[in-house]
Amino acid sequence: MTLIAESKAMHFVEPLPLRSGAAVHGYDLAYETYGTLNADRSNAVLVCHALNASHHVAGVYPGQDHSEGWWDSMIGPGKPVDTDRFFVIGVNNLGSCFGSTGPMHVNPDTGRVWGADFPVVTVEDWVDAQARLLDRLQVRQLAAVMGGSLGGMQALSWTLQYPDRVRHAAVIASAPNLTAENIAFNEVARRAIVTDPDFHGGHFYEHGVVPRRGLRIARMIGHITYLSDDVMNERFGRQLRDGLDIHYTTQDIEFQIESYLRHQGDKFSEYFDANTYLLITRALDYFDPARRHDGQLSKALAAATANFLLVSFTTDWRFSPRRSREIVKALLDNRRSCTYAEIDAPHGHDAFLLEDPRYLALVRAWFDRIGKEVGR
Amino acid sequence: MSDRATMESIARLVPHGARVLDLGCGDGALLDLLQRERGCTGYGIEIADANVLAGTKRGVDVIQLNLDEGLSIFGDDSFDVVLQIDTLQHLRNAETMLRETARVGKLGIVAFPNFAHWPNRLSVLRGRMPVTKRLPFQWYDTPNIRVGTFKDFEVLATRNDLAILDAFGLQEGREVRRLPNLRAGTAVFKFERG
Repeated sequence: MTLIAESKAMHFVEPLPLRSGAAVHGYDLAYETYGTLNADRSNAVLVCHALNASHHVAGVYPGQDHSEGWWDSMIGPGKPVDTDRFFVIGVNNLGSCFGSTGPMHVNPDTGRVWGADFPVVTVEDWVDAQARLLDRLQVRQLAAVMGGSLGGMQALSWTLQYPDRVRHAAVIASAPNLTAENIAFNEVARRAIVTDPDFHGGHFYEHGVVPRRGLRIARMIGHITYLSDDVMNERFGRQLRDGLDIHYTTQDIEFQIESYLRHQGDKFSEYFDANTYLLITRALDYFDPARRHDGQLSKALAAATANFLLVSFTTDWRFSPRRSREIVKALLDNRRSCTYAEIDAPHGHDAFLLEDPRYLALVRAWFDRIGKEVGR
Repeated sequence: MSDRATMESIARLVPHGARVLDLGCGDGALLDLLQRERGCTGYGIEIADANVLAGTKRGVDVIQLNLDEGLSIFGDDSFDVVLQIDTLQHLRNAETMLRETARVGKLGIVAFPNFAHWPNRLSVLRGRMPVTKRLPFQWYDTPNIRVGTFKDFEVLATRNDLAILDAFGLQEGREVRRLPNLRAGTAVFKFERG
Protein backbone atom coordinates (compact mmCIF):
# COMPACT_ATOMS: atom_id res chain seq x y z
CA MET A 1 0.00 0.00 0.00
CA THR A 2 1.29 3.43 -0.86
CA LEU A 3 1.72 5.84 1.97
CA ILE A 4 0.31 9.23 1.08
CA ALA A 5 2.05 12.12 2.77
CA GLU A 6 0.65 15.53 3.46
CA SER A 7 2.80 18.45 4.54
CA LYS A 8 1.26 20.43 7.38
CA ALA A 9 2.34 23.38 9.46
CA MET A 10 1.62 24.40 13.03
CA HIS A 11 1.82 28.05 14.04
CA PHE A 12 3.11 29.04 17.47
CA VAL A 13 2.42 32.49 18.80
CA GLU A 14 4.05 32.20 22.21
CA PRO A 15 7.81 32.88 22.29
CA LEU A 16 10.20 29.95 22.37
CA PRO A 17 13.15 30.82 24.60
CA LEU A 18 16.44 29.66 23.11
CA ARG A 19 19.65 28.56 24.84
CA SER A 20 21.42 31.63 23.45
CA GLY A 21 19.10 33.89 25.48
CA ALA A 22 17.24 34.98 22.38
CA ALA A 23 13.66 33.95 21.66
CA VAL A 24 11.52 33.47 18.57
CA HIS A 25 7.80 34.02 18.45
CA GLY A 26 5.15 33.71 15.81
CA TYR A 27 6.93 30.81 14.16
CA ASP A 28 5.78 27.81 12.12
CA LEU A 29 6.89 24.21 12.34
CA ALA A 30 6.34 22.07 9.26
CA TYR A 31 5.46 18.46 9.97
CA GLU A 32 3.92 15.30 8.60
CA THR A 33 2.18 12.43 10.35
CA TYR A 34 1.69 8.88 9.20
CA GLY A 35 -0.61 6.24 10.69
CA THR A 36 -3.17 6.78 13.44
CA LEU A 37 -2.81 7.81 17.05
CA ASN A 38 -4.41 5.07 19.15
CA ALA A 39 -7.09 5.64 21.78
CA ASP A 40 -4.72 5.89 24.75
CA ARG A 41 -2.26 7.98 22.72
CA SER A 42 0.59 5.60 23.44
CA ASN A 43 1.83 4.73 19.95
CA ALA A 44 3.46 7.96 18.77
CA VAL A 45 6.97 7.83 17.30
CA LEU A 46 8.83 11.07 16.70
CA VAL A 47 11.43 11.04 13.93
CA CYS A 48 14.14 13.70 14.14
CA HIS A 49 15.92 14.70 10.97
CA ALA A 50 19.56 15.09 10.11
CA LEU A 51 21.45 17.95 8.51
CA ASN A 52 19.80 18.48 5.14
CA ALA A 53 16.53 16.59 5.60
CA SER A 54 13.06 17.69 6.59
CA HIS A 55 9.70 16.60 7.95
CA HIS A 56 9.10 14.60 4.77
CA VAL A 57 10.22 11.28 6.20
CA ALA A 58 8.30 8.80 4.07
CA GLY A 59 5.58 8.29 1.52
CA VAL A 60 4.59 10.15 -1.63
CA TYR A 61 2.69 13.34 -2.14
CA PRO A 62 -0.47 12.94 -4.22
CA GLY A 63 0.44 12.43 -7.86
CA GLN A 64 4.10 11.66 -7.13
CA ASP A 65 5.34 8.34 -8.51
CA HIS A 66 8.18 7.63 -6.08
CA SER A 67 8.92 8.68 -2.54
CA GLU A 68 11.44 11.36 -1.76
CA GLY A 69 10.98 10.73 1.94
CA TRP A 70 14.46 10.47 3.39
CA TRP A 71 13.66 7.43 5.52
CA ASP A 72 11.13 5.76 3.22
CA SER A 73 13.00 2.44 3.55
CA MET A 74 12.45 2.56 7.32
CA ILE A 75 8.96 3.99 7.78
CA GLY A 76 5.63 3.03 6.24
CA PRO A 77 3.00 0.27 6.23
CA GLY A 78 4.74 -3.05 6.96
CA LYS A 79 8.15 -1.38 7.21
CA PRO A 80 10.46 -1.62 10.25
CA VAL A 81 8.70 1.34 11.82
CA ASP A 82 5.25 0.16 10.81
CA THR A 83 2.76 2.96 10.29
CA ASP A 84 -0.05 0.40 10.65
CA ARG A 85 1.00 0.15 14.31
CA PHE A 86 2.58 3.48 15.09
CA PHE A 87 1.61 7.10 14.71
CA VAL A 88 4.79 8.51 13.20
CA ILE A 89 5.56 12.22 13.34
CA GLY A 90 8.20 13.87 11.17
CA VAL A 91 8.98 17.46 12.09
CA ASN A 92 11.11 20.07 10.37
CA ASN A 93 13.40 21.99 12.69
CA LEU A 94 13.30 25.67 13.42
CA GLY A 95 15.84 27.49 11.24
CA SER A 96 15.48 25.05 8.38
CA CYS A 97 14.69 25.96 4.80
CA PHE A 98 12.02 23.31 4.27
CA GLY A 99 8.89 24.91 5.64
CA SER A 100 9.57 25.70 9.29
CA THR A 101 10.40 29.29 10.12
CA GLY A 102 13.99 30.02 9.21
CA PRO A 103 16.39 32.64 7.91
CA MET A 104 14.51 32.91 4.61
CA HIS A 105 11.40 34.18 6.39
CA VAL A 106 10.38 37.59 7.59
CA ASN A 107 11.20 38.56 11.15
CA PRO A 108 7.81 39.71 12.53
CA ASP A 109 9.57 42.33 14.70
CA THR A 110 11.37 44.11 11.85
CA GLY A 111 9.40 43.21 8.76
CA ARG A 112 12.72 42.26 7.14
CA VAL A 113 13.90 38.82 6.09
CA TRP A 114 15.84 37.28 9.00
CA GLY A 115 18.91 36.32 6.98
CA ALA A 116 21.99 36.23 9.19
CA ASP A 117 19.99 37.65 12.10
CA PHE A 118 18.09 34.44 12.65
CA PRO A 119 19.08 33.40 16.16
CA VAL A 120 21.49 30.51 16.68
CA VAL A 121 19.48 27.41 17.55
CA THR A 122 20.72 24.36 19.40
CA VAL A 123 19.70 20.71 19.48
CA GLU A 124 18.09 21.41 22.86
CA ASP A 125 16.05 24.27 21.37
CA TRP A 126 14.81 22.02 18.61
CA VAL A 127 13.74 19.43 21.16
CA ASP A 128 11.85 22.11 23.10
CA ALA A 129 10.08 23.17 19.90
CA GLN A 130 9.23 19.54 19.09
CA ALA A 131 7.81 19.08 22.61
CA ARG A 132 5.44 21.98 21.98
CA LEU A 133 4.32 20.39 18.73
CA LEU A 134 3.59 17.16 20.62
CA ASP A 135 1.59 19.14 23.19
CA ARG A 136 -0.57 20.47 20.40
CA LEU A 137 -0.97 16.99 18.91
CA GLN A 138 -1.96 15.88 22.42
CA VAL A 139 0.86 13.38 22.62
CA ARG A 140 1.98 13.41 26.22
CA GLN A 141 4.46 10.54 25.96
CA LEU A 142 6.26 9.08 22.96
CA ALA A 143 6.44 5.32 22.41
CA ALA A 144 9.77 6.15 20.80
CA VAL A 145 11.92 8.95 19.51
CA MET A 146 14.37 8.09 16.77
CA GLY A 147 16.91 9.74 14.54
CA GLY A 148 20.17 9.24 12.68
CA SER A 149 23.27 11.42 12.84
CA LEU A 150 22.14 14.90 13.98
CA GLY A 151 18.69 13.32 14.38
CA GLY A 152 20.23 10.82 16.78
CA MET A 153 21.58 13.70 18.85
CA GLN A 154 18.06 15.09 19.10
CA ALA A 155 16.72 11.67 20.13
CA LEU A 156 19.39 11.44 22.81
CA SER A 157 18.64 14.97 23.98
CA TRP A 158 14.94 14.12 24.24
CA THR A 159 15.75 11.43 26.80
CA LEU A 160 17.64 13.99 28.89
CA GLN A 161 15.35 17.01 28.54
CA TYR A 162 12.02 15.19 28.80
CA PRO A 163 12.80 11.77 30.29
CA ASP A 164 9.22 11.12 31.35
CA ARG A 165 7.95 11.79 27.83
CA VAL A 166 10.08 9.13 26.09
CA ARG A 167 9.74 5.38 26.61
CA HIS A 168 12.25 4.29 23.96
CA ALA A 169 14.98 6.03 22.00
CA ALA A 170 16.75 4.90 18.82
CA VAL A 171 20.04 6.72 18.30
CA ILE A 172 21.51 5.72 14.96
CA ALA A 173 24.90 6.56 13.41
CA SER A 174 25.30 9.32 15.95
CA ALA A 175 27.68 10.58 18.63
CA PRO A 176 27.59 12.19 22.07
CA ASN A 177 29.38 15.20 20.56
CA LEU A 178 31.48 16.10 17.55
CA THR A 179 35.20 15.44 17.46
CA ALA A 180 37.61 18.23 16.59
CA GLU A 181 37.90 16.71 13.12
CA ASN A 182 34.10 16.93 12.68
CA ILE A 183 34.07 20.55 13.81
CA ALA A 184 36.96 21.23 11.44
CA PHE A 185 34.97 19.92 8.47
CA ASN A 186 32.01 22.06 9.53
CA GLU A 187 34.24 25.09 9.79
CA VAL A 188 35.66 24.62 6.29
CA ALA A 189 32.10 24.34 4.98
CA ARG A 190 31.07 27.51 6.82
CA ARG A 191 34.11 29.45 5.60
CA ALA A 192 33.33 28.41 2.04
CA ILE A 193 29.88 29.99 2.46
CA VAL A 194 30.74 33.17 4.36
CA THR A 195 33.69 34.02 2.08
CA ASP A 196 31.56 33.70 -1.04
CA PRO A 197 31.33 37.25 -2.48
CA ASP A 198 27.59 36.74 -2.82
CA PHE A 199 27.15 36.10 0.92
CA HIS A 200 26.85 39.78 1.91
CA GLY A 201 27.15 39.06 5.61
CA GLY A 202 24.21 36.69 5.38
CA HIS A 203 21.82 39.29 3.95
CA PHE A 204 22.18 38.10 0.38
CA TYR A 205 18.39 38.01 -0.12
CA GLU A 206 18.36 41.79 -0.10
CA HIS A 207 20.91 41.72 -2.91
CA GLY A 208 18.93 39.24 -4.94
CA VAL A 209 21.75 36.70 -4.98
CA VAL A 210 22.62 33.39 -3.33
CA PRO A 211 26.14 32.29 -2.27
CA ARG A 212 26.03 29.27 -4.53
CA ARG A 213 29.78 28.81 -4.80
CA GLY A 214 30.11 28.49 -1.05
CA LEU A 215 27.18 26.12 -0.77
CA ARG A 216 28.62 23.93 -3.52
CA ILE A 217 31.93 23.57 -1.74
CA ALA A 218 30.25 23.01 1.61
CA ARG A 219 28.23 20.19 0.08
CA MET A 220 31.25 18.66 -1.64
CA ILE A 221 33.11 18.49 1.66
CA GLY A 222 30.09 17.06 3.43
CA HIS A 223 29.56 14.48 0.75
CA ILE A 224 33.11 13.19 0.97
CA THR A 225 32.73 12.64 4.69
CA TYR A 226 29.44 10.76 4.37
CA LEU A 227 30.91 8.04 2.17
CA SER A 228 33.59 5.48 2.85
CA ASP A 229 36.85 5.32 0.94
CA ASP A 230 35.90 1.85 -0.33
CA VAL A 231 32.53 2.90 -1.68
CA MET A 232 34.02 5.95 -3.37
CA ASN A 233 36.70 3.80 -4.98
CA GLU A 234 34.19 1.23 -6.04
CA ARG A 235 31.86 3.77 -7.62
CA PHE A 236 34.37 6.15 -9.15
CA GLY A 237 37.86 4.77 -8.70
CA ARG A 238 40.35 6.73 -10.77
CA GLN A 239 38.06 6.67 -13.76
CA LEU A 240 38.50 9.56 -16.16
CA ARG A 241 35.53 11.32 -17.62
CA ASP A 242 36.85 11.28 -21.16
CA GLY A 243 38.09 7.73 -21.33
CA LEU A 244 41.78 7.04 -21.09
CA ASP A 245 43.52 10.35 -21.74
CA ILE A 246 44.58 12.91 -19.21
CA HIS A 247 44.53 16.49 -20.41
CA TYR A 248 47.13 18.20 -18.23
CA THR A 249 44.67 20.80 -17.00
CA THR A 250 44.10 21.96 -13.46
CA GLN A 251 40.78 23.69 -14.07
CA ASP A 252 38.64 21.16 -15.87
CA ILE A 253 36.87 18.12 -14.57
CA GLU A 254 38.97 15.09 -15.40
CA PHE A 255 38.16 12.40 -12.86
CA GLN A 256 34.66 10.98 -12.48
CA ILE A 257 34.67 11.73 -8.76
CA GLU A 258 35.15 15.44 -9.55
CA SER A 259 32.20 15.35 -11.88
CA TYR A 260 30.07 13.63 -9.25
CA LEU A 261 30.98 16.06 -6.47
CA ARG A 262 30.37 19.08 -8.66
CA HIS A 263 26.99 17.65 -9.66
CA GLN A 264 26.04 17.08 -6.02
CA GLY A 265 27.24 20.55 -5.09
CA ASP A 266 25.30 22.18 -7.92
CA LYS A 267 22.11 20.38 -6.99
CA PHE A 268 22.45 21.30 -3.32
CA SER A 269 23.15 24.97 -4.01
CA GLU A 270 19.86 25.17 -5.90
CA TYR A 271 17.68 24.29 -2.94
CA PHE A 272 19.52 24.73 0.34
CA ASP A 273 19.73 27.97 2.25
CA ALA A 274 23.20 29.19 3.18
CA ASN A 275 22.22 30.61 6.57
CA THR A 276 20.44 27.39 7.43
CA TYR A 277 23.62 25.48 6.64
CA LEU A 278 25.57 27.72 9.00
CA LEU A 279 22.98 27.33 11.75
CA ILE A 280 22.69 23.58 11.52
CA THR A 281 26.42 22.91 11.44
CA ARG A 282 26.75 25.15 14.50
CA ALA A 283 24.05 23.18 16.32
CA LEU A 284 26.09 20.07 15.57
CA ASP A 285 29.26 21.67 16.94
CA TYR A 286 27.57 22.77 20.15
CA PHE A 287 25.82 19.53 21.04
CA ASP A 288 27.56 18.01 24.04
CA PRO A 289 25.33 16.85 26.91
CA ALA A 290 28.43 16.02 28.99
CA ARG A 291 29.66 19.62 28.98
CA ARG A 292 27.69 20.55 32.07
CA HIS A 293 28.90 17.39 33.83
CA ASP A 294 32.68 17.89 33.72
CA GLY A 295 32.75 16.12 30.39
CA GLN A 296 31.45 12.93 31.98
CA LEU A 297 28.84 11.42 29.72
CA SER A 298 27.81 8.84 32.33
CA LYS A 299 26.80 11.65 34.67
CA ALA A 300 24.93 13.44 31.89
CA LEU A 301 22.99 10.35 30.89
CA ALA A 302 21.94 9.62 34.48
CA ALA A 303 18.82 11.68 33.68
CA ALA A 304 17.69 9.32 30.91
CA THR A 305 15.14 6.63 31.72
CA ALA A 306 14.28 5.41 28.22
CA ASN A 307 15.17 2.03 26.76
CA PHE A 308 17.76 2.56 24.06
CA LEU A 309 18.67 1.18 20.69
CA LEU A 310 22.03 2.25 19.33
CA VAL A 311 23.24 1.39 15.85
CA SER A 312 26.55 2.26 14.26
CA PHE A 313 28.16 1.30 10.97
CA THR A 314 31.70 -0.05 10.81
CA THR A 315 32.79 2.11 7.86
CA ASP A 316 31.29 5.34 9.22
CA TRP A 317 34.29 7.48 10.02
CA ARG A 318 32.35 10.69 10.58
CA PHE A 319 30.31 9.13 13.42
CA SER A 320 32.37 6.05 14.10
CA PRO A 321 31.25 3.00 16.13
CA ARG A 322 33.65 4.14 18.86
CA ARG A 323 31.45 7.21 19.40
CA SER A 324 28.29 5.10 19.69
CA ARG A 325 30.11 2.84 22.15
CA GLU A 326 30.72 5.89 24.35
CA ILE A 327 26.96 6.33 24.61
CA VAL A 328 26.52 2.60 25.24
CA LYS A 329 29.09 2.74 28.03
CA ALA A 330 27.40 5.72 29.66
CA LEU A 331 24.05 3.91 29.52
CA LEU A 332 25.57 0.76 31.00
CA ASP A 333 27.11 2.82 33.78
CA ASN A 334 23.59 3.99 34.55
CA ARG A 335 22.14 0.47 34.22
CA ARG A 336 19.82 1.48 31.42
CA SER A 337 18.25 -0.94 29.01
CA CYS A 338 20.24 -0.80 25.81
CA THR A 339 20.63 -2.77 22.60
CA TYR A 340 23.64 -1.98 20.47
CA ALA A 341 24.38 -3.17 16.94
CA GLU A 342 27.48 -2.49 14.93
CA ILE A 343 26.49 -3.11 11.33
CA ASP A 344 29.34 -4.14 9.06
CA ALA A 345 28.12 -2.11 6.09
CA PRO A 346 30.45 -0.70 3.42
CA HIS A 347 28.69 2.62 2.82
CA GLY A 348 30.09 4.89 5.51
CA HIS A 349 27.90 7.39 7.35
CA ASP A 350 25.23 7.29 4.62
CA ALA A 351 24.50 3.65 5.53
CA PHE A 352 21.89 4.77 8.03
CA LEU A 353 19.69 5.93 5.14
CA LEU A 354 20.19 2.84 3.00
CA GLU A 355 18.55 -0.55 2.82
CA ASP A 356 20.87 -2.90 4.67
CA PRO A 357 18.81 -6.00 5.54
CA ARG A 358 20.62 -6.63 8.87
CA TYR A 359 20.07 -3.04 9.96
CA LEU A 360 16.43 -2.89 8.95
CA ALA A 361 15.68 -6.32 10.47
CA LEU A 362 17.15 -5.22 13.79
CA VAL A 363 15.18 -1.97 13.90
CA ARG A 364 12.08 -3.97 12.97
CA ALA A 365 12.66 -6.44 15.82
CA TRP A 366 13.23 -3.60 18.29
CA PHE A 367 10.06 -1.79 17.21
CA ASP A 368 8.11 -5.08 17.36
CA ARG A 369 8.86 -5.11 21.08
CA ILE A 370 7.49 -1.59 21.39
CA GLY A 371 4.49 -2.52 19.26
CA LYS A 372 3.61 -5.30 21.70
CA GLU A 373 3.73 -2.76 24.52
CA VAL A 374 1.26 -0.48 22.82
CA GLY A 375 -1.03 -3.40 22.05
CA ARG A 376 -0.66 -3.45 18.30
CA MET B 1 24.55 -26.30 24.61
CA SER B 2 21.11 -24.73 24.41
CA ASP B 3 19.18 -27.79 25.51
CA ARG B 4 16.73 -27.05 28.25
CA ALA B 5 18.23 -29.30 30.94
CA THR B 6 21.72 -27.82 30.48
CA MET B 7 20.40 -24.25 30.53
CA GLU B 8 18.41 -24.93 33.66
CA SER B 9 21.38 -26.48 35.37
CA ILE B 10 23.42 -23.35 34.70
CA ALA B 11 20.52 -21.05 35.53
CA ARG B 12 20.33 -22.63 39.01
CA LEU B 13 23.80 -21.25 39.72
CA VAL B 14 22.55 -17.69 39.15
CA PRO B 15 20.98 -16.01 42.19
CA HIS B 16 17.43 -14.67 41.86
CA GLY B 17 17.24 -11.06 40.75
CA ALA B 18 20.90 -10.97 39.74
CA ARG B 19 22.26 -8.42 37.31
CA VAL B 20 23.83 -10.59 34.65
CA LEU B 21 26.29 -10.13 31.81
CA ASP B 22 26.26 -13.05 29.38
CA LEU B 23 29.44 -13.07 27.30
CA GLY B 24 28.76 -14.74 23.97
CA CYS B 25 25.04 -14.98 24.67
CA GLY B 26 24.19 -16.67 21.36
CA ASP B 27 20.52 -16.27 20.57
CA GLY B 28 19.83 -15.00 24.09
CA ALA B 29 17.92 -18.10 25.24
CA LEU B 30 19.69 -18.41 28.61
CA LEU B 31 19.37 -14.72 29.42
CA ASP B 32 15.72 -14.87 28.41
CA LEU B 33 15.23 -17.81 30.80
CA LEU B 34 17.02 -15.95 33.60
CA GLN B 35 14.88 -12.86 33.03
CA ARG B 36 11.60 -14.75 32.94
CA GLU B 37 12.15 -17.34 35.62
CA ARG B 38 14.70 -15.86 37.97
CA GLY B 39 13.89 -12.18 37.77
CA CYS B 40 17.34 -11.30 36.46
CA THR B 41 18.29 -8.24 34.42
CA GLY B 42 21.29 -7.55 32.25
CA TYR B 43 22.83 -7.76 28.82
CA GLY B 44 24.13 -10.30 26.39
CA ILE B 45 27.29 -9.69 24.42
CA GLU B 46 27.49 -11.07 20.91
CA ILE B 47 29.55 -10.61 17.79
CA ALA B 48 27.30 -12.36 15.24
CA ASP B 49 24.63 -10.24 13.51
CA ALA B 50 22.13 -13.12 13.45
CA ASN B 51 22.44 -13.58 17.21
CA VAL B 52 22.04 -9.86 17.94
CA LEU B 53 18.83 -10.02 15.94
CA ALA B 54 17.64 -13.25 17.60
CA GLY B 55 18.26 -11.83 21.08
CA THR B 56 16.46 -8.60 20.22
CA LYS B 57 13.48 -10.60 18.96
CA ARG B 58 13.38 -12.45 22.28
CA GLY B 59 13.34 -9.20 24.20
CA VAL B 60 16.89 -9.53 25.52
CA ASP B 61 19.24 -6.54 25.47
CA VAL B 62 22.16 -7.51 23.27
CA ILE B 63 25.29 -5.44 22.82
CA GLN B 64 27.32 -6.22 19.73
CA LEU B 65 30.97 -6.36 20.67
CA ASN B 66 34.01 -8.43 19.81
CA LEU B 67 35.13 -10.04 23.08
CA ASP B 68 38.67 -10.30 21.75
CA GLU B 69 38.75 -6.50 22.14
CA GLY B 70 38.23 -6.84 25.89
CA LEU B 71 35.65 -5.71 28.42
CA SER B 72 36.89 -2.16 29.01
CA ILE B 73 33.36 -0.87 28.43
CA PHE B 74 32.31 -2.46 31.74
CA GLY B 75 33.26 -1.16 35.16
CA ASP B 76 34.65 -3.21 38.06
CA ASP B 77 32.04 -5.25 39.94
CA SER B 78 29.28 -3.86 37.72
CA PHE B 79 27.45 -7.22 37.49
CA ASP B 80 26.41 -9.80 40.05
CA VAL B 81 27.15 -12.61 37.64
CA VAL B 82 29.18 -12.83 34.44
CA LEU B 83 28.45 -15.87 32.31
CA GLN B 84 30.78 -17.41 29.77
CA ILE B 85 28.81 -20.34 28.45
CA ASP B 86 30.58 -22.05 25.57
CA THR B 87 32.48 -18.88 24.86
CA LEU B 88 35.93 -19.27 26.39
CA GLN B 89 37.00 -21.89 23.85
CA HIS B 90 36.44 -19.43 20.98
CA LEU B 91 38.54 -16.61 22.39
CA ARG B 92 42.08 -15.72 21.54
CA ASN B 93 42.56 -13.94 24.85
CA ALA B 94 40.92 -16.62 26.99
CA GLU B 95 43.06 -16.02 30.08
CA THR B 96 42.64 -12.24 29.95
CA MET B 97 38.92 -12.70 29.50
CA LEU B 98 38.78 -14.95 32.53
CA ARG B 99 40.46 -12.26 34.65
CA GLU B 100 38.15 -9.65 33.13
CA THR B 101 35.16 -11.81 34.01
CA ALA B 102 36.28 -11.84 37.62
CA ARG B 103 36.87 -8.07 37.55
CA VAL B 104 33.49 -7.13 36.07
CA GLY B 105 31.38 -9.67 37.97
CA LYS B 106 31.09 -10.56 41.60
CA LEU B 107 30.53 -14.14 40.43
CA GLY B 108 31.78 -15.85 37.29
CA ILE B 109 30.26 -18.91 35.70
CA VAL B 110 32.13 -20.66 32.92
CA ALA B 111 31.12 -23.69 30.87
CA PHE B 112 33.11 -25.25 28.03
CA PRO B 113 33.52 -28.62 26.29
CA ASN B 114 35.65 -30.95 28.40
CA PHE B 115 38.28 -32.42 26.14
CA ALA B 116 39.09 -35.12 28.71
CA HIS B 117 35.63 -36.68 28.42
CA TRP B 118 36.21 -40.40 27.85
CA PRO B 119 34.95 -40.63 24.21
CA ASN B 120 37.42 -37.89 23.32
CA ARG B 121 40.24 -39.73 25.09
CA LEU B 122 39.30 -42.90 23.23
CA SER B 123 39.38 -41.11 19.93
CA VAL B 124 42.81 -39.63 20.60
CA LEU B 125 44.03 -43.09 21.76
CA ARG B 126 42.94 -44.39 18.38
CA GLY B 127 45.03 -41.62 16.86
CA ARG B 128 42.28 -39.25 15.70
CA MET B 129 40.95 -35.96 17.00
CA PRO B 130 37.42 -36.46 18.34
CA VAL B 131 34.34 -35.47 16.35
CA THR B 132 31.36 -35.80 18.67
CA LYS B 133 27.98 -34.21 19.31
CA ARG B 134 29.67 -31.86 21.77
CA LEU B 135 32.73 -31.22 19.58
CA PRO B 136 31.19 -31.61 16.15
CA PHE B 137 34.00 -30.08 14.10
CA GLN B 138 36.97 -31.52 12.26
CA TRP B 139 40.33 -30.45 13.71
CA TYR B 140 41.04 -28.19 10.72
CA ASP B 141 37.84 -26.17 10.75
CA THR B 142 36.87 -25.96 14.39
CA PRO B 143 35.92 -22.60 15.92
CA ASN B 144 37.09 -24.00 19.25
CA ILE B 145 40.58 -22.60 19.26
CA ARG B 146 41.14 -23.55 22.93
CA VAL B 147 40.55 -27.12 23.92
CA GLY B 148 40.94 -27.72 27.62
CA THR B 149 39.88 -30.14 30.27
CA PHE B 150 38.03 -29.94 33.55
CA LYS B 151 41.35 -30.31 35.37
CA ASP B 152 43.14 -27.77 33.16
CA PHE B 153 40.63 -25.12 34.13
CA GLU B 154 41.21 -25.74 37.83
CA VAL B 155 44.92 -25.05 37.25
CA LEU B 156 44.20 -21.90 35.23
CA ALA B 157 41.75 -20.61 37.84
CA THR B 158 44.25 -21.13 40.67
CA ARG B 159 46.99 -19.44 38.66
CA ASN B 160 44.70 -16.38 38.31
CA ASP B 161 43.73 -16.29 42.01
CA LEU B 162 40.16 -17.33 41.37
CA ALA B 163 38.34 -19.12 44.14
CA ILE B 164 36.25 -21.97 42.75
CA LEU B 165 32.91 -22.04 44.59
CA ASP B 166 31.40 -24.92 42.69
CA ALA B 167 32.50 -27.19 39.87
CA PHE B 168 30.81 -30.09 38.16
CA GLY B 169 30.38 -31.77 34.82
CA LEU B 170 27.30 -31.82 32.65
CA GLN B 171 26.41 -34.82 30.55
CA GLU B 172 23.13 -35.15 28.65
CA GLY B 173 21.72 -32.38 30.83
CA ARG B 174 22.64 -34.19 34.09
CA GLU B 175 25.10 -32.94 36.65
CA VAL B 176 28.16 -35.16 37.05
CA ARG B 177 29.95 -34.67 40.36
CA ARG B 178 31.94 -37.90 40.52
CA LEU B 179 34.96 -38.04 38.18
CA PRO B 180 33.64 -35.19 35.99
CA ASN B 181 36.92 -34.94 34.07
CA LEU B 182 36.33 -38.41 32.71
CA ARG B 183 32.57 -38.64 32.69
CA ALA B 184 31.25 -35.27 31.43
CA GLY B 185 31.24 -33.65 28.02
CA THR B 186 30.88 -30.18 29.56
CA ALA B 187 32.83 -28.62 32.43
CA VAL B 188 31.08 -26.00 34.60
CA PHE B 189 32.78 -23.72 37.13
CA LYS B 190 31.42 -21.07 39.45
CA PHE B 191 34.08 -18.78 40.90
CA GLU B 192 34.92 -15.44 42.45
CA ARG B 193 38.07 -13.45 42.95
CA GLY B 194 40.31 -15.21 45.45
